[in-house]
Amino acid sequence: MDWIQSLLIPVVYSVILVVMLLTGFAYLSLVERKLVARFTMRFGPNRAGPFGLLQPVADALKMMFKEELLPTHADKWVYLLAPMLAISTAIIGWAVFPLTSHGLSLLGYTIPPILADVNVGLLYVAAVTSIGSYAVVLAGWASDNKYSLLGALRASAQLVSYELPMGLTLVAVILVTGTMSMTKIIQFQVDHAWLIVLQPIAFIIFFVTGLAESNRSPFDLPETENELVSGFMTEYGGIRFASFAMGEYIHVITFSALTAILFLGGWSGPGADSVPFLGLLYFFIKTAVMIFTVIWVRASVPRVRYDQLMRFCWKFLMPLALLNLVVTAIVIAL
Amino acid sequence: MINKIFGGSYQILRAMGVTLKYLFKKPVTNQFPDEPVLVYPRFRGRHVLKRHDNGLEKCIGCALCAAACPTQCIRVEAAENTEENRRSPGERYADVYEINMLRCIFCGYCAEACPTGAIVLEHDFALAEYDRWDAIYTQDRLLEPHEPKYIQIRDDEVFVPQESWRVTK
Repeated sequence: MDWIQSLLIPVVYSVILVVMLLTGFAYLSLVERKLVARFTMRFGPNRAGPFGLLQPVADALKMMFKEELLPTHADKWVYLLAPMLAISTAIIGWAVFPLTSHGLSLLGYTIPPILADVNVGLLYVAAVTSIGSYAVVLAGWASDNKYSLLGALRASAQLVSYELPMGLTLVAVILVTGTMSMTKIIQFQVDHAWLIVLQPIAFIIFFVTGLAESNRSPFDLPETENELVSGFMTEYGGIRFASFAMGEYIHVITFSALTAILFLGGWSGPGADSVPFLGLLYFFIKTAVMIFTVIWVRASVPRVRYDQLMRFCWKFLMPLALLNLVVTAIVIAL
Repeated sequence: MINKIFGGSYQILRAMGVTLKYLFKKPVTNQFPDEPVLVYPRFRGRHVLKRHDNGLEKCIGCALCAAACPTQCIRVEAAENTEENRRSPGERYADVYEINMLRCIFCGYCAEACPTGAIVLEHDFALAEYDRWDAIYTQDRLLEPHEPKYIQIRDDEVFVPQESWRVTK
């Protein structure tokens, strides 16, 4: 009965994870609308169901029953591939996220706290999340529309630029912890201190670049409504349009969870070592706090101009990240 | 440079502080039509044709309102009152009185022009119709007393207090 441990449990685990992320997206869209509404002294959606709780269901139904249109000169397969790429790249990063301290024993089998405890987890996450920029570029290219193409060009330049400072902060994290494995990074934070204390500058840079990477306000230039209609998503409608929104929101969740793991100690907290459920709870709370901050920034800060975006990345974040890296390296070496 | 960095960060944090403060404030949204909407007494909305206390119509069919109307949305056709059929105290009454609400701009000139105070702009603003021909309001609809539940007339026709005009800090 080894196949249960090696095959069935991982499959069920990943299905649960995917379903959780998809419902998480649906309700995150509601939470975001509600929160931004409260920030601007409105109510937000409150008509569908109690407190508007059925709003995501209504939205999903509406999106699903819309007519699927294909632009005449669109590159069909790429056009269809791009939305799927947007979701899947955001989801698969979760394979290496440790949800809690240790596994749960059930009927002689262990349910692991992490789907794949690879020793290059951090590298893996950095790699798969940056494939997400392909979705944007391909979508813009395949729709055969000038706004889409301009949006995609902007997006590719932005995502590639912000990848660099983000990568440098990850290097600083690896330098401090001495490992790329997610579980060991958290273990280091349990033993010593949260990395937000040890690496505050890296945390700030990581947060800002994370906003840019997931196309969130104030760096949501690829989809500026006022200049580019809605950027690379212009020619998409119905469920494919929803897929891009889904990709963006799951990206936000993934990024928040990654921040929680790297800088806020993941599942660590009082009592989490012995009780796996508490660890899960702490992890969710930390992720939720990060998601709230992302929404809060969206409600507060206006969108930057394109040249400001580029200047901010190359002339400020990049040198700062390098400086942080060098200082960290020197301190570690001493 | 340093000054710019810290100044900018401070400004962003201040902006976020402001939004956080607003998160805990009560929303100003009016939940129409669940909650009544407060309108001022001089709010100009849907027209109502008034009657005298004895039940006779105030309108005498003079069509001054139609003459005053800048969009020509009022149509009046008068007829003579007779002993058997007396509808207004004067010689004539309005046989046809129609207002095309799609054209009306709610300027209130008709109410100003009216010599008997028969037509008054009251407070209803929810004038959507399913059929566009229903937007031409006929006399029998205009003559009925019309007080929708979702409207509350506020009794304080006040100016905004001068304190709040000043820019806060």
